[in-house]
Amino acid sequence: MPGMPWSLPWPFDTTYMQLALVAGVAVGVSAPLIGTFLVQKRLSLIGDGIGHVAVAGVGAGLLFGTSPVWTALVVAVVAALALEWLRSRGRTSGDLALALFFYGGIAAGVVLAGRSTTNANLQPYLFGSILTVTENDVYTVLGLGALIVLAIAITWRALVAVSLDEESARAAGIPVGALNALLAALTAVTVAAAMRVTGVLLIAALMVLPVATSRVVARSFRATILGAAVVGVVAVVLGLAAARQWALAAGGAIVLATLALFAAASIAAPLRRGRAPEDAATLLSGPE
Amino acid sequence: MRTPAANPVLSVHGVSFAFGAQRVLEDVGLEISPGEFTALVGPNGAGKSTLLRIVLGLLAPQTGRVELFGSSPRRLADRWRLGYVPQRPRLAPDLPATVEEVVAAGRLAKRGWWRRPRADDRTAVMHALESVALGELRKQRVVELSGGQQQRVLIAKALASEPQLLILDEPIAGVDAQAQRLFRDSLVHLLREHGAAVLLVSHELGAVADDLERVVVLRHRVLFDGKPADLSATGVSLGVHADDLPRWLEELSENGGS
Repeated sequence: MPGMPWSLPWPFDTTYMQLALVAGVAVGVSAPLIGTFLVQKRLSLIGDGIGHVAVAGVGAGLLFGTSPVWTALVVAVVAALALEWLRSRGRTSGDLALALFFYGGIAAGVVLAGRSTTNANLQPYLFGSILTVTENDVYTVLGLGALIVLAIAITWRALVAVSLDEESARAAGIPVGALNALLAALTAVTVAAAMRVTGVLLIAALMVLPVATSRVVARSFRATILGAAVVGVVAVVLGLAAARQWALAAGGAIVLATLALFAAASIAAPLRRGRAPEDAATLLSGPE
Repeated sequence: MRTPAANPVLSVHGVSFAFGAQRVLEDVGLEISPGEFTALVGPNGAGKSTLLRIVLGLLAPQTGRVELFGSSPRRLADRWRLGYVPQRPRLAPDLPATVEEVVAAGRLAKRGWWRRPRADDRTAVMHALESVALGELRKQRVVELSGGQQQRVLIAKALASEPQLLILDEPIAGVDAQAQRLFRDSLVHLLREHGAAVLLVSHELGAVADDLERVVVLRHRVLFDGKPADLSATGVSLGVHADDLPRWLEELSENGGS
């Protein structure tokens, strides 16, 4: 097992499963960290949108023979910053500008990839292919994941202040515009990091669903963030195990595992507090 | 008219502002001294919120000049010196934050938003919570509190940076009488213990009327600026519905009073 100095029990007893585990845990931790703040800002679907735009970057990478992760990263960061700029000026009314970006991105990706002369195809980037990641892929994912964890560790208190009340945060001298731009850029970094794990079309699920699960039980913002990261990691482990056991598509299995954890938490938490379980819609929309 | 203070925490000189053709503020002047408790009153649409946004540096005046602690509001480096309590608790109903986390967010201006909190920061947060009588609820989710309690959480958030000027926008609108009394006690505590200046922006004064040192009545311009007693001497009680107040003052000035 090159590069893997430890031995692990089933299902992580092979090299490809261990590489998948490392890449999956890096994304399982970092995606919900970003997601916590996106959910609070009512931007749950922005990760999905940026994922669509990133497809153009994947297509360009395939066409020009460079690593699709890096071209997708550049395209996604530029698009995320442009979207944040439009949002901060209130110019995305009716979601029309968002739609232009998203569908423009995915259409450009399909066209660019179609022009590629190599045998490359979009599929592994759309839905992930975590069981085929290489050691180099893992280093890339670990690097991007570490960047996200570090950025959130430094800025999370200020991001909480911004999500409480932007105007008060501005009056207190917190650089609200810069922090919003940073969050948008980090969303794009998450999309690029998760491309080989869940794929760009499913990454938003790993940003948002662990947060929804964590909010059911957590009693503070800090606990919500940490709990979401834990749920993300547990979902990755469960999803990979299920994929190995029943030969499932790993990206989809991971996302279904987050849904299962959300359902379990929604049923268990109210029972523990001694009242009847609420329906999932009420839990998703909060106490009011 | 009042004599200018030596080192005002806030000074507003000849500020005018218009939204298109609609003049909102006309040649407004105002100075606030350290430790002073002032109310800025006026009916809805009198320009209070616009003036407030200019003072906070969120809006630039079209003419005139504003100084907060001697520098322009947008350039003020020590932002912690200014505490601001917005009009309503605009807290998202699903906000997972605890009372303590919300108040700690107010401490960022003093500590630096990127720094980890130290022991003195935690003490200041606890102190702010106790001064609004919410120490025991600090681990509660803030959205589980009543409207009046949430209002006090936001005041504690503003107090956490130990400001030298506290600006409160309509803090008692829609809050019940008991919450108003608790709010009043918190303010009096702040004035006595921290020596901070307080500017209360409101269209009603409720329970705090008796503690005021100064009232400024605004309707596009400053119609009255002086002691509450002088205002009362003209026959107006601050307890009355304040929407009637500026109109009454205008009539008074037309008849050669004021």
